[in-house]
This record gives sequence, structure tokens and C-alpha cells, in this order.
Amino acid sequence: MSDAFLAGLSDDLLFATVLLYALAMLGFAGEQASRRSHRISETSLAAATARQATAARTRVMAGAGGPAVPEPAPLAVPSAQRSSRAGRAGLALTVLGAVLHLGSVLARGFAANRVPWGNMYEFSSAVALSVVVIFLVLLLGRRVDRGLGAFLMVPVVLYLGLAGTVLYTEAGPLVPALDSYWIKIHVFAAVLSSGAFLLSGILALLYLLRSRHDAQVAAGSSPRFPLSMGSALPGAAALDRVTYAVIAFAFPIWTFAIIAGAIWAESAWGRYWGWDPKETWSFITWVLYAGYLHARATAGWKGTKSAWIAVAAAGALIIDYYVVNIFVVGFHSYA
Amino acid sequence: MTVTSDRDAVRLSTAPEPVAPRPERRQSLTAPLRRTWRQLTSMRTALLLLFLLALASVPGSFLPQRGLNPVAVQQYFVDHPTLAPLLDRVYAFDVFAAPWFAAVYLLLFVSLVGCLSLRVRLHAKALVSPPPAVPRVLARMPESARWESDVAPEQAIEQIRSVLRRGRWRVARTDLALSAEKGYLRETGNLLFHISLVALLIGIALGGLLGFQGTVLVKEGDGFANTVLAYDDIKPGRRFDADGLVPFSFVLDDFQGTYADDGKALTFLAKLRWSGEDGGEPQPYDLRVNHPLVVGGAKTYLLGHGYAPRVRIVDVEGNVLEQTVACLPQGPTFLSTCTIKVPDAAGEQLAFEGVFTPTTVQDPETALVTSVYPAPDHPALTVLGYRGDLGLDSGTPASVYNLEDRSGLVPIGDGKTPQKLLPGQTWDLPGGGSLTFVETTEWATFQVTQDPGKQLALIAGVGMVLGLCLSLFVRRRRLWVRLSTPGGNHPSGRTVVEVAGLARSGSDAFTAEFAGLSDRLRQLAPPRPADAAPTTEEDR
Repeated sequence: MSDAFLAGLSDDLLFATVLLYALAMLGFAGEQASRRSHRISETSLAAATARQATAARTRVMAGAGGPAVPEPAPLAVPSAQRSSRAGRAGLALTVLGAVLHLGSVLARGFAANRVPWGNMYEFSSAVALSVVVIFLVLLLGRRVDRGLGAFLMVPVVLYLGLAGTVLYTEAGPLVPALDSYWIKIHVFAAVLSSGAFLLSGILALLYLLRSRHDAQVAAGSSPRFPLSMGSALPGAAALDRVTYAVIAFAFPIWTFAIIAGAIWAESAWGRYWGWDPKETWSFITWVLYAGYLHARATAGWKGTKSAWIAVAAAGALIIDYYVVNIFVVGFHSYA
Repeated sequence: MTVTSDRDAVRLSTAPEPVAPRPERRQSLTAPLRRTWRQLTSMRTALLLLFLLALASVPGSFLPQRGLNPVAVQQYFVDHPTLAPLLDRVYAFDVFAAPWFAAVYLLLFVSLVGCLSLRVRLHAKALVSPPPAVPRVLARMPESARWESDVAPEQAIEQIRSVLRRGRWRVARTDLALSAEKGYLRETGNLLFHISLVALLIGIALGGLLGFQGTVLVKEGDGFANTVLAYDDIKPGRRFDADGLVPFSFVLDDFQGTYADDGKALTFLAKLRWSGEDGGEPQPYDLRVNHPLVVGGAKTYLLGHGYAPRVRIVDVEGNVLEQTVACLPQGPTFLSTCTIKVPDAAGEQLAFEGVFTPTTVQDPETALVTSVYPAPDHPALTVLGYRGDLGLDSGTPASVYNLEDRSGLVPIGDGKTPQKLLPGQTWDLPGGGSLTFVETTEWATFQVTQDPGKQLALIAGVGMVLGLCLSLFVRRRRLWVRLSTPGGNHPSGRTVVEVAGLARSGSDAFTAEFAGLSDRLRQLAPPRPADAAPTTEEDR
């Protein structure tokens, strides 16, 4: 197979991937929507029954601030079956999309005869793949609810779409400074941990949405859009836990990526650390995630504050990759 | 832990508890100091310092930094004449060497060391103490199970103990009760990570104090010996001693660059012959990007390259002078500016100024030359000539790369039409003498670094990753088992088995582990038939 053919194949596969992810998003969303309407009818039914209960008891429940939204009802009704079919289709489409996505990334690598993360386009595509794969692993390990798929696929599709259009670069060889086996180690670790960090950023945002939604419900008001979406999300505590799990997974890998980068920098540029803008922002990202891990164990910083730190840290990561590469000149400005 | 209460049992960490400020005696002079120390070593302060550190780094990435790009800093001063001096006063161009930046990270490390010293002591104590005694009410623990069995308690408790031992639990027995604990590596890893951080800082500081960095330009055929004076530019550490330079030397035989069709660089190679202190037979070394030459503690890197046309000048008396002129590249196609000074020419001194173009294209209309490709495919040297006094005797140091003082120079010819020379071509100068472009050679710049803190920093880095993995993925958990014989210690009496467990993190995983463990214990102490369906926490 010629390099040009492989490069073209990679592009076609990426297009198919975006399409599949978008369809998967619709599947997940379909499940959410019907589950929600189902739940609403369930809730109104419950409300009707509750009206017969004593007013005092209702007050107690409201005062307890417990989840006012009942757990998803036992799914035995036809509409529920249809909804779960939509969700399963979403999952299947995501898996298929991830397979094609992997194919696209690999074809790129073979087309250029090197690792498939030599410029910003390839890097972004690989990071998006890492987000999806980590999500699938969490899903298969039953660490997250499938309903999250709808919320996650939106940014993934946008991200891949932007990468494929704005950042797109033709397949080509690497500049000499990148020609080292460290590019395999350093960048792979960066891709994997960045994917996890971006995922955790989305999860933390969803946690904030859910907890604000819960606060409004507890206060007796019915949340308006976009907060109303909160009812479709897993519980705040579950979101907080999975955010932590993902960050705890990624943080050592990110640390390793920085150290591997330092070792590489030492052999390429003669110093292991030089406060190059990319190095500086990797450091800032690292410090913020270290802050998150500490905050989660510090009284007064748990919950919402920690989640905001996770969001800020993901923001620093995005600055590290995009703002620094595009607007700031440094040693890492290759592509 | 000799004193154990239920509260101690439940606290599954050697982290110091947040202590409410004790009422200090007024007259105590050390009270404010102690209060400050406690505040500094608290997690909340550490957290704030962490965020401050992140924030303090931000300007360093958006403003040009002297350590990284001094030219950009000069340019900033030109572009912002009023703002730049103000920014400079607050070290905005030396952020990472600024006193306020140092203040933040030093405070952070003081806080860290204070916190660490306490935690190391507590953890060491925990490592040598038995696990805390069995709490009174086991059913109140997050995981618990209870059933009745017919086993002999004395025998069963020993069996359970050996099973737990084999599962690498640390077990302590008191009468018919066991306390077990596992996952001490979590805190060990945590401490390893933070101690490694301190070691990393020491490594960085050692490099900053005792390290050395120098850059030098070497033309093909020329040599370099590692002495302070041989360098074009040096950055010694604050306590660096010139005697600490590793003695070695090398000769640059050949530099080779290859380029893609679009002019992107593909490979760089500097062929060296080097010899160490003993001055023995020089050994060849192919120096590439990412493959530095290592001699003792000194590493030599390939940093940059350029062209050095060799020229032959014949003066008015017929003396032949040869020079190899390092030209400075101005862009990716390596159009390079060249300055040739001939102070030793008989009669008037000579100077030439112009450009070297590796792949030359000449505009037929304007006769301007430019380069379209970085490789020397069609090299040309295009220069203007001058005669007169180069002004080198004034005593002010002059750059070899440009003509600073032109006051004593008169153009050769009309001074406007540059002479283009291809390799081998000679320009017979009006008024006598000639300039010949003999051939194209290349030069390379090398950076030599010595960093005695590097090994420590690397070891610290490994320690950090290892410590992080342990502290994030190992779970600390406790398990208690109590056998009691409500009917008295009668051979046929029933034995009540109570099991309880507690995990600090990853409680989902622990729930599964606990279920597995209590199943294993049920094999050792089988429930009585009437008690076949045991009540566990999960069933409720």
C-alpha cells in the first residue's frame, strides 16, 4: 500500500469516525430522552400518590435534602426497552467509531512511517481517541453510567471536527529534533494522560451541573435549562468519585510524561528543564492537578471547589497544547 | 499505637489530624511562632501555595525570558519603552529566577518538609506497631458480617490468622480477636513521592550552583579544546569553578545536513574526532541531534549550523591570504550574511560585506540574489568591497560578524553593485588585488553542559512516579475478626463469628474484597445450618 493511499485512508476513516460518534451521541441522547420522559410520568404518578401521604412527611423529605428525583424505574415497559435499545446502539456505534478511529490513527502512522503523533492534528486525534477509549473502559467496568455518553460525545465530536479541519496537516516526516525513540514514550504518555484529563474535565463540569441542579431541587425550585439536564446525569457523589478515579489514573502518567520529556530534552537540547512555554504550562497543569488531589482530602475544599480545580486544570492543559503552540514561540513549536 | 480507642481504629491514615488551635498561654514567646509554623505546615496553606506557584509561572510563559531568549527581551524593550523597564523591575523577564517566585516555592517546600517530618515519624510508628485493637461494636463498621458456627474458637482463630497472614495482612491477636491491616505501602509511597520532590529541588539547586553551560561555533576543519576561554558564550553556575571543566577536545571534520523537498530539515550530522584528558589517539564520533557526545560529566550537543565560504584574498603586493568566514543564517533557506575583514592586507585594509546563498536564484531584473533551498546546491557569494581603515586599533571590542565602524572605509567600485561569485570565481578588484570564492564549507555550534545535580534529579523523578503509583493505587484497609462463645467455652457450644472491615479509599473494590474474605472465613468457620443465610451488611 502506498503512503498516499494510507494517508487518504486515514482521512476517510476519521470522517467515518466523526459520523459514527455523532450517531452514537444521538443514540445515547435518545435513551436519555425516553428515560427522562418515562421518569417524568413516573414522578407525576409518584406525586399523585404522595399527595395522599401526610404533608408532614413531605416536609421531612424535602428538609433532608435527599435526591428528589427517584432512581430510574425498573425498566420493564416497552418504551423503556426501546430506550435501552437506543443506548445499546449508542454504545455499539461508539465502539465501532473507536475501532475506525484507531484505524485512522494507525494509517497515519504507516503513511508517514513514524509514530502517529508528530503534529498538532495527529496529536489531537490521538487524544480524542484516548478520551473515548478511557470512557469505554469505564463503561465496561461499570464505573460510569451509559447516559454520560450523550454529554461526552458532544465535545468529542466538536474536538475531532476542529482537529480535522482547522489543525489538519498533511502526513510528512519529522523535524530532526523529534527524531528520537523518546517521541514514542513521552508523547504516548502525554496523549494517554491528556485524554484522561480532558475526560475528567468534562466529568467535573457535569458534576458541577448536577450538584447545582440538586441544590435547586432541594431548595424547592425546578431547574431550568441547562441545569434541567442534571436530572439525566448520575448522582453528584458518583460523578465526583469517577472524576477522582480518572485523575488519579492520569496524574502519575502525566508526571511520567513530564519526566520522560525532561530526559528527552536533556539529550536533545542539553538541559532537562528550561522553562520553555510548553514546559511551563505542563508544570502549571501538573501543579493544578496536584492541587486537586490535595483539595479532595482537605476539609472545606471537597466537592464543588475541587471540581472547579479539575476544570481549571483541564483549561491549563488546553492552553498547554493549543494556546502555547499557536501563539507562543518556544522549543516545542513544530507544527 | 499502644492506646487504641474505637476512634483510632477508624482513622485509617497516619496523616496528622487537623488540630483545633490550642489556647496558648499569653506569656509564651514562642506561641506566635508555633502558631505560624502550624499554619504554614497545614494542608490548606500548602494548597494555597500550590495555586500561587501555578499563578506565578504564568507570566513566564507569555513574556519573553532572558534565560530563554535574550534577543526577544531586547526587542520587547524596543517595542514597549515605557512598560518594559517597569516590568523588568519586578523581574518579569526573569520570572523563574525572581525572588518572589523563589519565595513561593521555598515556602511551599518549608511547608512540605514540616508536614513530612511529622508524617514520617507517624508512619514509622505505625509500621512497627500492631494494627489497632478491635472496636467494641463491629456491626457499625462500613463492612461487617456476623454468623454462628460450631467450630472450636481457639482452633478457628489460629486458622483465620494464618489465612490472613498468607494474604499478606499484618495481624495482631488478642484472645479470640484479630486486628489486621494491609496497604501500608500507600503512605510509604506518599512519603516517597514528597521526599523525592525535595530531592528534586536539591538536584536542581546543585545544577544551578555547580553546573556549567557554554556554546561555541566551530568551522569544518577547526578544533575545540574545553577551556572557559574557548567558548563564545558561557553560563556558569554561581559556585562553578573553572577547574571543574572536564578536559577534552575535538576536531570537526565534516558537517552534513539533509533536507526534504520542501526545505524542512531531515537530519543533521557532525563528524567529530575527540580525545579525552590523556590526549590519546582521537576517536571518531558521529554527533547527531538527540545523540550528544559524553566525556566524563560533560555532554556536547549539536545546537545549530551554517555556512562558511572559504575565500582567498590577494592584496596589492601579491600576498595571498586565506580565510574561512562563518556566515550567519537569516532564515529557513539559509540566506546568510557574511562579513570578511582583511586587516593584514598590505597597503590599505580590505573588507567585504554581503550574503551567501546556498541555492542561489538571481532576479534577472533587479539582479538581487536569494536562496530557495537550505542545501548548497548552487552556492554563491555576493559581496560589496571596501578599502581603508577597519578601526580595529581603537581598542573597543569589535564583532567579527559585522562592520561596525565604517568611518574609515571607502567603497570599491561604485559601492552599489555587488559582485556575485560562484565557487572558483575571482573578482579582480579595481585598484589592485582580488577576492576568490574558493569553496563552500560549513560550521556547527556546539553546547557543552556539565550538571552535577542531574543524576539526583533523575533518581528523584523515578521516586516521584513510583511513589505516586503506590500512593494512588494501593488501598489501605483494616479487618477485624472476633469470635465469642456466649454459651461459655464448651466444646459443643456455638461460636459467634463477627467480621468487620474498613477501607479509606476505593470502597467499591473493598466491598468485593470483603465479601471474598468473609466467604473464605465461612469455609474456615462454617455457619450452623440454622444460620445458613448469614446476615451481612449488604443484605440489609
